[in-house]
Amino acid sequence: MLELDGIELVLDGQTFLSRTDLVLERGTLNVLLGPTLAGKTSLMRVMAGLDVPTRGEIRWNGKRVNGDRVQSRDVAMVYQQFINYPAMTVYDNIASPLRIKGRPAAEIDRKTRAVAELMKLTPLLDRRPQNLSGGQQQRCALARALVKEAGLVLLDEPLANLDYKLREELREEMPRIFEQSGAIFVYATTEPEEALLLNGNTATMWQGRVTQFGRSTQVYRNPVDVTTARVFSDPPFNFWQVEKRGNRIVFGEGQSFATTAPMAALPDGPYQAGFRAAHLELHQHRAGAVAFTCRLIVTEITGSETFLHLEHGADRWVGVVHGVHDLAPESLMSVWLDPAHCYLFGPEGGLCATAAYAMRN
Amino acid sequence: MTRPSPNLTLAARQRHLEGKGTGWTVTARVTLAVYLLFLMVPIYWLVNMSFKTNTEILNFITLVPEDFTWDNYTLIFTDPTWYMGYVNTLIYVAINVAISITVALPAAYAFSRYSFMGDKHLFFWLLSNRMAPPAVFALPFFQLYSSVGLFDTHIAVALAHCLFNVPLAVWILEGFMRGVPKEIDETAFVDGYPFWKFFLRIFVPLISAGIGVTAFFCFMFSSVELLLSRTLTGTSVRTVGVAMTRTSSAIGLEYGTLAAAGVLTIIPGALVIWFVRNYIAKGFALGRV
Repeated sequence: MLELDGIELVLDGQTFLSRTDLVLERGTLNVLLGPTLAGKTSLMRVMAGLDVPTRGEIRWNGKRVNGDRVQSRDVAMVYQQFINYPAMTVYDNIASPLRIKGRPAAEIDRKTRAVAELMKLTPLLDRRPQNLSGGQQQRCALARALVKEAGLVLLDEPLANLDYKLREELREEMPRIFEQSGAIFVYATTEPEEALLLNGNTATMWQGRVTQFGRSTQVYRNPVDVTTARVFSDPPFNFWQVEKRGNRIVFGEGQSFATTAPMAALPDGPYQAGFRAAHLELHQHRAGAVAFTCRLIVTEITGSETFLHLEHGADRWVGVVHGVHDLAPESLMSVWLDPAHCYLFGPEGGLCATAAYAMRN
Repeated sequence: MTRPSPNLTLAARQRHLEGKGTGWTVTARVTLAVYLLFLMVPIYWLVNMSFKTNTEILNFITLVPEDFTWDNYTLIFTDPTWYMGYVNTLIYVAINVAISITVALPAAYAFSRYSFMGDKHLFFWLLSNRMAPPAVFALPFFQLYSSVGLFDTHIAVALAHCLFNVPLAVWILEGFMRGVPKEIDETAFVDGYPFWKFFLRIFVPLISAGIGVTAFFCFMFSSVELLLSRTLTGTSVRTVGVAMTRTSSAIGLEYGTLAAAGVLTIIPGALVIWFVRNYIAKGFALGRV
């Protein structure tokens, strides 16, 4: 079990992490999700022991490990860049963590070959890393991290520099590898989709802080605040200003819709309403759906889906709808939203009412 | 259209077929040839002289030795005052290169990986050592080494040359080390490598090209430096450079012998250049050297 207790990291007067608490259990896969510079790498470096936290305590299986040597920690790490030892063959690369531990030669050989097989590197064992493709190099780095059988495996955007096909391939293999190992995996990524696909826990990060931690689907459906909603959403979360008056949610020039179950008990007053891009529709799909008049700025067609970039008053919205829709830019159009997909956030950004659909499951 | 005459050279025919103007190509080639010739003249003259007798050198101007002789080389390989010069030179150069690289490796690593108070000033100060003329240090070294009993030893010259070679080595190696991502160091530490094992097994092989280039430059500087090696040696470890500049016998200067010594001095340098030529290009590409 890895416990981070009030971790802060300040280097050269610059704050990289501010008061972070996190508890990671054995045998779990934990995703650190956040945009670039959110502090994912800093947090991993603290977990690995490469950086010593300025304040706070880091405990490994109940024992304080602040400032312990990196070498003595039960950790393995894979970087976004493909980091291997260029002077060694793939076999020697994978075997190196075991050799340095002084394990018997037979065990080293057996484990190295087993991990190489798992990572599909067996035909490449005699090559040098620089003679491999990017995906193979990263698989070599992953193999080296796995062979050590460390209790904590840190993967810092391991698929970020790979091409699409390879990413899909490795991403599919990852959960299987995690299951076999029983270690704590920490996986940093900038992509919400990846966090959901890996099917574990997610910690959303923003400006050096963990904003929420829990089951990925739980965090996705019930973000605790505006920041988490924004971080865990691609395309971006859409917001607009509303006011609760009695059992109606009022906005714009007198438009309104009835409160949903989670909203009913809220006190009257101003709120920030939000919804996901995928919940916007081009036609009235439900009886209670609310219509918005928006200006279409641009459409992006990806094949099976169309991205609509809209202007609703002063707010910029993005909608994703199925199928190919060839719409004229700069035109005024109506879009529909089911109030069951609408979240309400307070003026401070905290979640006040979750979307009704998220409560059903 | 004229038919190319059959006695044109192949290159000329090629140009004719391509219909290109030949003026510039010819000018460029002639210029290059003249330039190369100009560069080669001193070396050719040295080799030429080394196979002549002293009489021929002093009395005639001949483009090839008329009275061809191996005597000059024979003298050098049989007279200990000559061949020991080479041995001495190789010994102190080897010591110097070994010391410079050993000392500069950790220093360059520190400069390339850590920032510490005054690191930039220290780096510049190291470089500025390289800029001082050796003559400045000749007297203090001579006095110091004489009083501690180091005068006229190999290590004296090797240590004195470190004053210039260590900064140079730190500077070149730092450039190569900077090119190695810091993540490799960290991955190795996470994998469990203690620092020295990482340094020797992973890091040093990574910058072997840089070490080659550095060794070459230290070798070059140390083997051609004359002033300090002359000041700090007496008769027992006389270097070849010193031998060459002090050789005037009762019958005047032995030009032929000196020329042969010169040729033999160039050969080791040329060999070293041949072996590290590819790395040097890499060194230049990295913005150091």
